[in-house]
Amino acid sequence: MKTLGERDELRNTSSRGTRILGGLSLVGIVFMGLIGLWWSPEDSDMGDLVRIMYVHVPSAWLAYMAFILTAIGSAMFLWKRSVWWDLVAGASAEIGVLFCALALVTGSLWGRPTWGTYWRWGDARIVTTLVLLLMYVGYLALRHVDGDPTQRSKRAAIVGLIAAGNIPVVRMSVVWWSNRTLHQKDTVTLADTKLDNMQLVALLFGVAVFTILFAWMLLHRFRIAWLENETEQRGLEQALIERRSESLVKADRALGAAEVRP
Amino acid sequence: MWGEITLVTGKDLRIERRSRVGLTQIAPFAVTVLVLFGFALEGDSATLRTFTAGLFWVAVVFTAILAVQRSFTVESVNDNRDALRLSGLDPIAIFLGKAAALVIELLVLEVVLGCVVAVLYGGSVHSAGLLGLTAVVATIAVASAGTIYGVLAASLRVRETILPLLLLPVLAPVLIAATRAFEDALGEAAVNGWSWLVLLTLTAVVYTAFGALAFGTLLEES
Repeated sequence: MKTLGERDELRNTSSRGTRILGGLSLVGIVFMGLIGLWWSPEDSDMGDLVRIMYVHVPSAWLAYMAFILTAIGSAMFLWKRSVWWDLVAGASAEIGVLFCALALVTGSLWGRPTWGTYWRWGDARIVTTLVLLLMYVGYLALRHVDGDPTQRSKRAAIVGLIAAGNIPVVRMSVVWWSNRTLHQKDTVTLADTKLDNMQLVALLFGVAVFTILFAWMLLHRFRIAWLENETEQRGLEQALIERRSESLVKADRALGAAEVRP
Repeated sequence: MWGEITLVTGKDLRIERRSRVGLTQIAPFAVTVLVLFGFALEGDSATLRTFTAGLFWVAVVFTAILAVQRSFTVESVNDNRDALRLSGLDPIAIFLGKAAALVIELLVLEVVLGCVVAVLYGGSVHSAGLLGLTAVVATIAVASAGTIYGVLAASLRVRETILPLLLLPVLAPVLIAATRAFEDALGEAAVNGWSWLVLLTLTAVVYTAFGALAFGTLLEES
């Protein structure tokens, strides 16, 4: 039976960096709750419903960020043929899908009491975001299809680039179809801020915390993908042999240490 | 280049003409979809007329998936795909040739569907120019996207299930824009169909350009 210290020496997805990011995310989420639910005032128009925005907006931000990183990873894979970039693209897309879905769910929860409906088919941003989500669900499905890893990566990279074409459409949908959306145009601008100070803090703090959370999730997911890829490349048998030899070396060390001890 | 494009287009159309799969299976499927819409909406003529544009394009998009699968199934038998790779034809010409064949097949299908819609759903045409242009441009967008995803899924064991999952979200903007433009052309909604046609044209250009660039890589990997 290995001790916790010995387990840490084995290859796993945790490191000092991820532990710091994870800790910061956890503390940040606690403070997000405090700022969002207690310390910030209710909105003059929306009342308490504005508090959903402190999760909705950072979720949407994180989804954009994740999908843009997937596009960069896809382009870099096609250029450099580097597995590293392919795995970054895949890991980022998974997180993006999760938070894009969260943005849609929180948006629906906000829309029901505000607009009187969970879903508005006529709203350009909602519809384009849903299409974006479906495109990346397809992208993830393609990544899980069996076959030659290089071919799979190339196919995924091309689909990742096609799907990225929808990101600016979602972003600009409130401007291009301003008469077909209930979403307001950018509320937070440096020149003209319409939000209360504490509301702005809650929103920006949420975005910052979710960015750290994204980094933490991405590192873990990437490392899992890397280990999966290594296993796939070398074969399970080879990985098992290495793992056994690692255990033997540790056992030898432990035995040597025991012999030295009086 | 033009010679190579017409060669590939001619080959695909010749196969379809001889096999008659499009005529005996794909077109009847599309008509059946339109009939099912009629059943689902209880044959209410007013409702059917209101949604004619949307129902028409949904039928076209579903049928396009079958047509795309068919377009690449003919390449999978007798190692045709390898022959295509070894033919020395420019991958861009192969892409444009296969997409053009799909455009022609789908346009013929849309004419048939248009006649069926006129008989079963009723209604009248207010702007034939907008209707025709929308049909051509939307079909180019559908065929281009279909050809990219068709070659991408061609060698996969799960191609029948992964193709619709990948292709339908990409065709969603085409469906939306073509439906709005058709609504204007049929006089069913007060929208500016020409501005939707501009969006449709942009989509078609982007899909065709991206397809021409990516097809070579995908064909080598298929």
